[in-house]
Amino acid sequence: MLGATYSLLGIGLTLVFGLMNVVNFAHGEFYTLGAYATFAALALGSVNFFVAVPIAIVVGAVAGALCDRVLLRPLRGESIDTVMLVMIGVWIAMQNAELLGWGGVAKNVPTPLPAQPITMGPLSLSPLRLFVFVVSGLLILGAHLLLAKTKLGRAMRATFQDRETAALMGVSIDRIHTITFAFGAGLAAAAGALLGPVFLLYPSMGDLASLKAFSVVILGGLGNFAGAALGGIVLGIAEELGAGYISSGYRDAVGFLMIVAVLLLRPAGLFARAERVG
Amino acid sequence: MATIGRLLILAIAATAPLWVWNPYHLHTLIMAGIFAVLALSLNLLLGYTGQLSLGHAAFFGIGAYASALLTVKLEWSPWLGLLAAIAAPGLAGWGIGRLALKIRGAYFVLLTISFAGVISLVSVNWMELTNGPLGLPGVPPIELAGFSLRSKSAYYYLVLAAVTACYLVCLAIVRSRVGRALVALRENETLAASVGIDGTHYLVLAAVVSAAMAGLGGGLYAHYVRFVSPEVFLFTYTVTMVIMVVAGGKGTLAGPVVGAVIFTALPEALRELTSYQWQMLVYGVLLVLVLFFLPQGIVPSLRAMAQRRA
Amino acid sequence: MSDALEVQDLAVRFGGVAALGGVTFAVQPETVTSLIGPNGAGKTTAFNVITGFQSPTAGRVTYGGEPITRWRPHRIAARGLVRTFQRTSVFPALSVMDNVLTGLHLRGRIGLAGALLRRDRVRAEERGLRDDARRVIEFVGLGTRGDALASALAYGEQRLLELAIALAARPRVLLLDEPGSGMTASEKATLAALILKIRDDGITVFLVEHDMRLVMGISDRVLVLNGGRLIADGTSADVQRDPEVIRAYLGHGGQGAHAGA
Repeated sequence: MLGATYSLLGIGLTLVFGLMNVVNFAHGEFYTLGAYATFAALALGSVNFFVAVPIAIVVGAVAGALCDRVLLRPLRGESIDTVMLVMIGVWIAMQNAELLGWGGVAKNVPTPLPAQPITMGPLSLSPLRLFVFVVSGLLILGAHLLLAKTKLGRAMRATFQDRETAALMGVSIDRIHTITFAFGAGLAAAAGALLGPVFLLYPSMGDLASLKAFSVVILGGLGNFAGAALGGIVLGIAEELGAGYISSGYRDAVGFLMIVAVLLLRPAGLFARAERVG
Repeated sequence: MATIGRLLILAIAATAPLWVWNPYHLHTLIMAGIFAVLALSLNLLLGYTGQLSLGHAAFFGIGAYASALLTVKLEWSPWLGLLAAIAAPGLAGWGIGRLALKIRGAYFVLLTISFAGVISLVSVNWMELTNGPLGLPGVPPIELAGFSLRSKSAYYYLVLAAVTACYLVCLAIVRSRVGRALVALRENETLAASVGIDGTHYLVLAAVVSAAMAGLGGGLYAHYVRFVSPEVFLFTYTVTMVIMVVAGGKGTLAGPVVGAVIFTALPEALRELTSYQWQMLVYGVLLVLVLFFLPQGIVPSLRAMAQRRA
Repeated sequence: MSDALEVQDLAVRFGGVAALGGVTFAVQPETVTSLIGPNGAGKTTAFNVITGFQSPTAGRVTYGGEPITRWRPHRIAARGLVRTFQRTSVFPALSVMDNVLTGLHLRGRIGLAGALLRRDRVRAEERGLRDDARRVIEFVGLGTRGDALASALAYGEQRLLELAIALAARPRVLLLDEPGSGMTASEKATLAALILKIRDDGITVFLVEHDMRLVMGISDRVLVLNGGRLIADGTSADVQRDPEVIRAYLGHGGQGAHAGA
């Protein structure tokens, strides 16, 4: 189940990198934003859980769009290092803003779905986790359809493959950039909204999420949609195995170690031959 | 003109304990010195070789732990501890440089983050070695010719000596063929290879020196604060180093030192007024602002202004 | 003394495409040899493989009898084969002098230990290197621009700087990748004269070019590639008359078959 959410995180990040050549170190912060937005919607707006999640996604996407228009657009021509450092600045700023806004104490997101597993024959499933898995799967499918079938998706893929030609064909590169970034941020926020009830909320939750996202992206190859989707599942499984065989304190190390291993052995990613962007 | 300026600064720095009467301010200067060593080390990689290491706190931490463990558990002399603080991270830097091979740019950043992450987790989980989150208390102070350097003034001079030494090391490297090779790596690695510059060799070189220097900072920290815990691996240390280098002026030698002083003094000044989170928030915003308006950093911008007046 | 640069059955294939389909030729020492052919014929691929920037699927490259296939670029450069690049390649943030000093890297000896411990040797080496650099800068005609930033130079000057950087590395074989592209007629004349001077100094020059007048005017030997295969190898007169060469160029709309930039 975690694998599916890792896929969500990874897809957003890989698209942003592949299309915009931006290494978004603040990716985890949109995840955190999504989680806190859900919390806020539930606690302050007292809306239904099933409504809060879409709201969180929208909040994430809007924040992403804003980020692109204000910060990334003026820096369009700059070197990748400068942009990287800017996103690091955003990361620090966002995380500490959240620390200030919500405090360091972990928060709980109430949900109508029970977390306790129900046993159905030989299987033991938690309805909450099942819900997360299903929704993640639907979102991934939706993203794929968007990219593969819609006019917008075609424009995005065109920009990804050949920017100049796409511009000549009338595609507004700036707008595609903003939409892509918002898309990535929205997916991250979705992951945050979905995982919020499963784990507790605390401001630095984004750090780990960022890291897992990067692992997935490296596993699947930068800019590779299918690779990111598969990579997420692989990471999820690897973590389960790792936590089982070594102590669970090292569970998060699996993500780190995978990054190191893949970078050294197969820098193009495990699934490099799969299609790029849908 | 520039030499007179530098001598003046050195004179002021050398006599500081005489006219800085508030011990808390002296403490700030000592921390600024330690961070200057760290910033200079990061600058070698970021400013000159052009690769960003976001795991630099790992080298700082390894140095601190190396010295602490040897002096606490094996009762070695703190001077040997400092030596170990330089050697151990240097070895790690060598490892990273060798592993990195052709990895550059964002991938390199991720590699360093991962390395730092693993080391951090090890320090927390490997209780037998590091005492885990409880940390290692009772790190002995440094002794010189029978005198224990416990007082702030004495330690200040030790740190000042370290900063000067590191500055001179960086200067020597930068002004030689080695420095040119590093810059060539940053500016155009393909062209550099075509004239015989071995990218991997020089990256490893930069990584080793950079890591060893950061380790020295760690060792100095360990014997000053005399308590080492996994907190040395906190990402905030890395972030602070990055800001010091970027805002001060990467690719210059004065930049990181100036950055270190500003960004150690600033939080101390703000500490009275606001909380730690505000400080980090300001750091993040400041980083973005600097990159927008003063992308070269403070020192180069000042120099450019001075040149325009001339 | 210089040796011959030889290429045997060199091939580069990916997917089903053969960028180079088994090419064999030799570049004789102290000559100006040109490699020409329509766009996409595999010229830059050949260059990349010879200088170590790309790996061949098959075949060997030898220099002076010593195999250098798949060596890393800096090692090949140390052996004496230095190349320039198709797209202007300099160190933009450095001055002309620093650019050339970087090119002189192989002529220096100081490593980390030397830089830290033997400041006197560093000073002496730097002085010597600066003298060498000035000589190279004068040779290519950039004598007045020593302190200018590389990024501030005009396009033609940048290409001369590229040449200077490559020369500084003291090559035995100088591989020039389209050195004349984007140059005016007078700049090309200067370039041609420089190339001949370089050859007369004992350096083998191997170049890829599109400008036929430039090529035919200075080459001792001409190699023609088309579709990854070698279709002609001889003097400029021979090649210009070769029917297969004419066919190759006419088949591509006659581009490059007549002199022009």
